[in-house]
Amino acid sequence: MDILSLGKSKKYDFENIEVKENNYKGYYSKSFRIFRKNKEAMLCLFIIVAISVVAIFAPFFAPYDPNAQSLADMLQKPSAKHLFGTDEYGRDILSRIIYGARISLSVGVISQGIASVIGFFMGVMAGYFGGWVDRIISFLIQVFSSFPYILFAIALIFVLGPGILNLFIALGLLSWANIARMIRGQVMQLKKKEYIEACIINGGSGLRVIMKHLLPNCISTMIVLITLGIPSAIINEAALSFLGLGVQAPASSWGSMISLSQPYIRSNPSYSIIPGIAIIIVVLSFNIVGDGLRDALDPKMKS
Amino acid sequence: MRKYIIKRVVEAILVVFAITVITFIILNVIPGDPVLLILGDRADANTIEMVRHQMGFDKPLHIQFFNYLGKLLHLDLGVSYFTREAVFQSLSRAFTLTIKLALSAYAFALVFGITFGVIASVKRGKFIDKFLMSTSIIGISAPSFWVAIILQIIFGLKLNLLPISGGESVSAFILPAFALGTRYIASIARITRTSMLEIIGQDYVRTAEAKGVSKWRVTIGHALRNALLPIITLIGAELGGVLTGSMLIEKVFSISGIGKLTVDSILSRDMPVLQGAIIYIATICVIIYLLVDISYAYIDPRIRLGDEQ
Amino acid sequence: MDINNKKLLEVKDLKVEFFTEEGKLPAIDNLSISINEGETLGVVGESGCGKSITALAIMRLLSSPGKITRGEILFKGQDLVKLREDEIRKVRGNDIAMIFQEPMTSLNPVITIGKQIIEVITTHNKNISKKEANEKAIEMLKLVKIPMAEKRVNEYPHQLSGGMRQRVMIAIALACNPELLICDEPTTALDVTIQSQILKLINTLKKKTNSSVIMITHDMGVISQMADNVVVMYAGEAVEYTSVRELFINQLHPYTTGLINSIPRLNEEVEELEVIEGMVPLLSELPKGCLFNTRCKYTKDICREKRPNLIEFKENHKVRCWKYTEEWDKEGGK
Repeated sequence: MDILSLGKSKKYDFENIEVKENNYKGYYSKSFRIFRKNKEAMLCLFIIVAISVVAIFAPFFAPYDPNAQSLADMLQKPSAKHLFGTDEYGRDILSRIIYGARISLSVGVISQGIASVIGFFMGVMAGYFGGWVDRIISFLIQVFSSFPYILFAIALIFVLGPGILNLFIALGLLSWANIARMIRGQVMQLKKKEYIEACIINGGSGLRVIMKHLLPNCISTMIVLITLGIPSAIINEAALSFLGLGVQAPASSWGSMISLSQPYIRSNPSYSIIPGIAIIIVVLSFNIVGDGLRDALDPKMKS
Repeated sequence: MRKYIIKRVVEAILVVFAITVITFIILNVIPGDPVLLILGDRADANTIEMVRHQMGFDKPLHIQFFNYLGKLLHLDLGVSYFTREAVFQSLSRAFTLTIKLALSAYAFALVFGITFGVIASVKRGKFIDKFLMSTSIIGISAPSFWVAIILQIIFGLKLNLLPISGGESVSAFILPAFALGTRYIASIARITRTSMLEIIGQDYVRTAEAKGVSKWRVTIGHALRNALLPIITLIGAELGGVLTGSMLIEKVFSISGIGKLTVDSILSRDMPVLQGAIIYIATICVIIYLLVDISYAYIDPRIRLGDEQ
Repeated sequence: MDINNKKLLEVKDLKVEFFTEEGKLPAIDNLSISINEGETLGVVGESGCGKSITALAIMRLLSSPGKITRGEILFKGQDLVKLREDEIRKVRGNDIAMIFQEPMTSLNPVITIGKQIIEVITTHNKNISKKEANEKAIEMLKLVKIPMAEKRVNEYPHQLSGGMRQRVMIAIALACNPELLICDEPTTALDVTIQSQILKLINTLKKKTNSSVIMITHDMGVISQMADNVVVMYAGEAVEYTSVRELFINQLHPYTTGLINSIPRLNEEVEELEVIEGMVPLLSELPKGCLFNTRCKYTKDICREKRPNLIEFKENHKVRCWKYTEEWDKEGGK
């Protein structure tokens, strides 16, 4: 379903190329309908929204202060008083999980946001200008795709120090390659379409033309890429926090909770199990929603 | 074909060079004063100057870089700030442990992943297909270090079957390899299934059936043989992830592999080791990618022999 | 034309249905044809009329959602429909063989052509040695006139042209001396010059091995060149069934006339190509009466109401059309 072909039958006013909104409305409502039919995706979307609400209004939902220590209640198993039990400082695990959602979601969304801005920019530059600009950027894309970027993230954390802000930067700066590659491909495809060539021949500014026509089509690709990129960002955050390189104490990233729980797996296994399940639920939901969005918006992306 | 190999090798060398540059920039340029990184805030001005001179940080940046590059080409990655051991030696020693873990994990993942994928594709739409695919999407979503701990809990503690730490004996490797491999069983199964489903619809599969060949032979000898090709390309990309994933697993199981070495170097602020480790691991990833690409070109006769018509 | 009167294959009242979300779609219905030893039967019709499905049904290669729901396929007395999977596998490639339309994709790209020929040999001859099988493969390549057979036997499909690949397909099909060779549009994907070479090859080999051939095509020219008898199919049914000569000289069914008239003729001056008006009905929307009634110029009420049967109007000439029945003259106008 190529959004651009919807406008093909119109005559083009080469002076003022207007992107008529109505054509694209049909595309989005049709995609929305396809997505709505996908029951698993709708369920997972609901889960994501629910978790986001809980995370945003954490003080409201968390039964306890996540940092409130209570030596008397150390390492308790799940009970009526503490639904998920307590950790080694007597802190309520449920509350820490809820606040941990803030960390996972924010790292996921913000780092992917940064990555998508960089990726989009690089992709457009490479696709539009071609030539040596393209070669340099494509080479960079290849470099960043040749090995897991978490290695560079570790180096950046070493240099910048741990902490959530630096996580945004590190993960955001390094995961742009995939997005850049896809956007570059789209721009190059666009350049080939005849009516774009016609516009350019007739004097419309090339870059302006491309952007006006690129943006609507790109939005769907970007939505899918960002949604599918969030899971790896979340897992990378969990991994870095697990290694002690991410969020620092007393903040309760799910990854760091798993790390802290290690000495106590014998006596209090639920302390280890629960944060992992939280990660699985969030990552799984984003994966399924991302797949659903891709099927609805642009099945051709399935390479 | 040979042109292709040469092109890929040159590309790989350029990529490794770029990795070296980027790592160097991150660790030496960005912080402004790398000596402070190593010593932290506690050191006094004299020590800082001494270390700065010792490690050559007082020279201009580009000289530093070329020195580093020169030593790199002799496989000299510097000396650990703490143990005074040559970085390359300690990395290689640790790496032998890691590579054993990584390869066994991935071999295990391949065997199970491909089997599950083939079964799911042959029994498409039936319960076993849906079951395998649902478990695999959960497998991809679970962090490997968490799976490792769960395995420790189940097999190490409750059932008391397998050791949960150390990397000496074979049995000590089982849980870590399993933990590391689980995520990849999932991704391999999924891609095997997709690939098989595409192949099963192909004309030449129908030709094989029309010859009276048994279903088993058609599935494995004809379909899987072709379906494996895209899986091979996946291997190149995933082995890099296995190597870095082992960092986490090594921490859980206290295995002294290259992952543990890297993490420890961060905590002890041993910059030469960290820099060396990143370049080492990244280079291995690039080499693996290159080897896999070249093997693919050999295995697919269409690429190996080109278009001779 | 060595047709003796021994029946090799007899299809009786075959029905193939596709079980889809839209219900049971009849891809083939009421099909009854037979082939004698040494005969070439042409099966002709537009795309989607069910010719390929007939071939796949005979070989029991129909994949879901298609199923044979009625009828018998008697091959040398045995009903192929009732055979178990392992029994029908002994027939495939051995007694009945098939070649397909797309030579470019019908061969496994990662296995040498020699091995692909050897495969059919060893599947049906468990005791043959590797050396013998290899020699037989080379022999088959020579039989289908592939030059430098000894060298080519180790090559891969992508190293051969389309025409040569089709020859390899024929080699594979004939390697075990099948009594029946089914050719599903074997030349449609090839150049015209190669086309005639392949057809001549099939004819030559057929005479040599005295096998029967089913030639499936949409091209009436191929029919005239290759077939002894012809069955014309439309929307899954046989509408005319007779010898090739009768078909061209005395066609009965209006559809057949349309097919023959739409062949462009180089020696005539024609302004426009004749076309059969209308379109083949969708399987989910088949008409109640005669399947062709929506496009036929002779349609009367009875055509819209009742499905005609296949009747033997003349000796050895069957047709499924109300025009040739007693009821026709009794009928009023449209």
